[in-house]
Amino acid sequence: MSHTTDQPSVGLFVTCLADMFRPSVAFATVKLLEAAGCRVEVPERQTCCGQPAFNSGDRKTTQDIAKTTIEAFEGFQYVVGPSGSCIGMLHHYPELFSEDDPWFARAEALKKRAFEITSFLTDVVQFEQIEAQFNGSITYHDSCSGLRELGIKKQPRQLLSKVKDLSLTEMEESETCCGFGGTFCVKYPDISNRMVSNKTQNISASGADTLVGGDLGCLLNMAGKLKREGKPVQARHVVEILAGMTDTPAIGEAEYDLGKAL
Amino acid sequence: MQIHSPEFKENARIALHNEPLQAALGQFKFGFPVNRARAIANLPEFETLRDHARDLKNHIIQNLDIYLEQFEQQVTANGGHVHWCSTAEDARQAILDICQHVGAKTVTKGKSMVSEEINLNDYLEANGIEPVETDLGEYILQLRGDHPSHIIAPAIHLNVDDVADTFHEHHHRPRSDDPQTLMKEAREVLRKKFVSADVGITGANFLVAETGSTIIVTNEGNGDLTQTLPKTHIVISSIEKVVPNLEDMSLFLRLLARSSTGQEFTVYNTLSTGPRRPDDQDGPENFHVVLVDNGRSDMVGTDFQDMLRCIRCAACMNHCPVYGAVGGHSYGWVYPGPMGSVLTPQMIGIDKSAHLPNASTACGKCQEVCPVRIPLPKLMRHWREKEFEQHLTPSTVRWGLAGWAFFAKRPALYRWLARSSAWFMRRMAGKKGRISKLPMAGGWTDWREMPAPQGATFMDQWKKRQSGDQS
Repeated sequence: MSHTTDQPSVGLFVTCLADMFRPSVAFATVKLLEAAGCRVEVPERQTCCGQPAFNSGDRKTTQDIAKTTIEAFEGFQYVVGPSGSCIGMLHHYPELFSEDDPWFARAEALKKRAFEITSFLTDVVQFEQIEAQFNGSITYHDSCSGLRELGIKKQPRQLLSKVKDLSLTEMEESETCCGFGGTFCVKYPDISNRMVSNKTQNISASGADTLVGGDLGCLLNMAGKLKREGKPVQARHVVEILAGMTDTPAIGEAEYDLGKAL
Repeated sequence: MQIHSPEFKENARIALHNEPLQAALGQFKFGFPVNRARAIANLPEFETLRDHARDLKNHIIQNLDIYLEQFEQQVTANGGHVHWCSTAEDARQAILDICQHVGAKTVTKGKSMVSEEINLNDYLEANGIEPVETDLGEYILQLRGDHPSHIIAPAIHLNVDDVADTFHEHHHRPRSDDPQTLMKEAREVLRKKFVSADVGITGANFLVAETGSTIIVTNEGNGDLTQTLPKTHIVISSIEKVVPNLEDMSLFLRLLARSSTGQEFTVYNTLSTGPRRPDDQDGPENFHVVLVDNGRSDMVGTDFQDMLRCIRCAACMNHCPVYGAVGGHSYGWVYPGPMGSVLTPQMIGIDKSAHLPNASTACGKCQEVCPVRIPLPKLMRHWREKEFEQHLTPSTVRWGLAGWAFFAKRPALYRWLARSSAWFMRRMAGKKGRISKLPMAGGWTDWREMPAPQGATFMDQWKKRQSGDQS
């Protein structure tokens, strides 16, 4: 793909969890965006989307963090990230400011340009040249924010249908919350545990050997539970499969060669 | 009813280990939600109706005073009486006054959550009047000294065995666990109560301003016997139930039945329009409507105004994964589930109920199914903001948040925090790829593994890659 000036410019919203836990998810996102003809940059000034503060009722802190994010991504045609939850949070930014506050318009502008990766590829740039192969049967968990705030349901499935040798088996209640809920899972661990236990039961019952989803929070939760229960199902972010980057161990799965990763 | 909302966490823990309750809740998700989905699939205009209902409710709330006064005028013109009650205490007193005025000894009651809200039964009993619940579920609960755990299926937390034991104990008949036999037994006992009652108290699903009518919808017909047989009928209703006219009422009835039980229409839809007229074959001689505010008008013009659209269908709790895990009693007061998590803090104070709006993953399922499109997760978040503003948020959460925010507002320091955390967790994990016990994260690792970070952070790797590209 030649680099021309009419390439859409995309600022990658890395997300905290991809940055810290699973950089391969961010790299896979970059790979997909570049394959779709985008020029990708990673703004240094980005941090978190602010959800922990937002969901804890700390409006002032949320506003401060939102301003950091808005500033970091001004100048990009699009802002794309591998999470319906974090991008969904960016879509909440206008609610944080009164309409006569100059930040309101800037938040609105960011909201219009912010997309979750599978939605961006499908709905914005209509990218279809997925050249990946995955030998296995997967089941897909629809994460709540992506599903209900951003309308993400068909997009990942449409893209996954182009992956060679992959078969998708839907689990029961794929749209039911896994019990992660950000700070919820540590504030109400017993309830969260019941919810994720229901989830892993449905995942197992689907017979799939890999659980796929679009949000690392949910995936860490479900993968962590599957591992604790000793279930053999692996867990991966959808972009790893779409980008053909499945040579890294699945989430929480195995030994890493630390030297190689660094 | 006593307030147990501050003990939500403990209530939930007990509920999660209560096997009969879990068995009942396990069946729950195969009932109402499945029926609702089927009913909606058969009504292509459902989404349009929801928009209309939302807009109409907003209009009503904006003009609440006008419609309520019109309603009062019509009730009065029909020969009935309206009692305006600002508080629960006012409402209890108004009802007791009416009962005492007619010398009532026994009062039959149709199902009414507002009567739970104002703790009516205890008050009547304390004043020497026997209230008899006639809704089957409510009747069972009354015998057990129990309270509803769901707003339309009050005894959903019980199994047939529980009912068999209760009836055996109170009816002094041979124990049966056959639902038909149990129902017949309750019917026989209640028939006598219906006939002997001096006053019948019902709730109202809607109040019709144009005609001064009240309507109840039931599937048992108990409400009809409650309101037509005694000489005095008292309707107890909260103020936001008023609708302009009968046509508007039918819009809400279509949404209500489908959203709650998945029926196209509830079995009995009974309108009461004043006392019995000279040519009527039956009906009460006295007709009273007790209008209860109890904090509702304070919600107008606030972040919580949208909650006044609620038509009490229970779709939010029927679909809530948290409700489905812990059941209604865990919430510790009258209204459970997502709608209760918004309404309860308004009525008993956020200081006593802060757990409720917090015990939600904000998954949004409640908003997805709400027939009047109440943004329940957003309203729960508004309560968390109130909690935070009033410094009620636990100090561990406040300090944790403040510490994290310090970094999140400073990108360079945030990089360092991410790098150090990733490094630390990698070390903790060793070669396993996951951590089984992580200090200060017991809430996570008590129940599940913590997948380990891959290694260096993305930002560090990316920087390296970029500088490599340039060299």
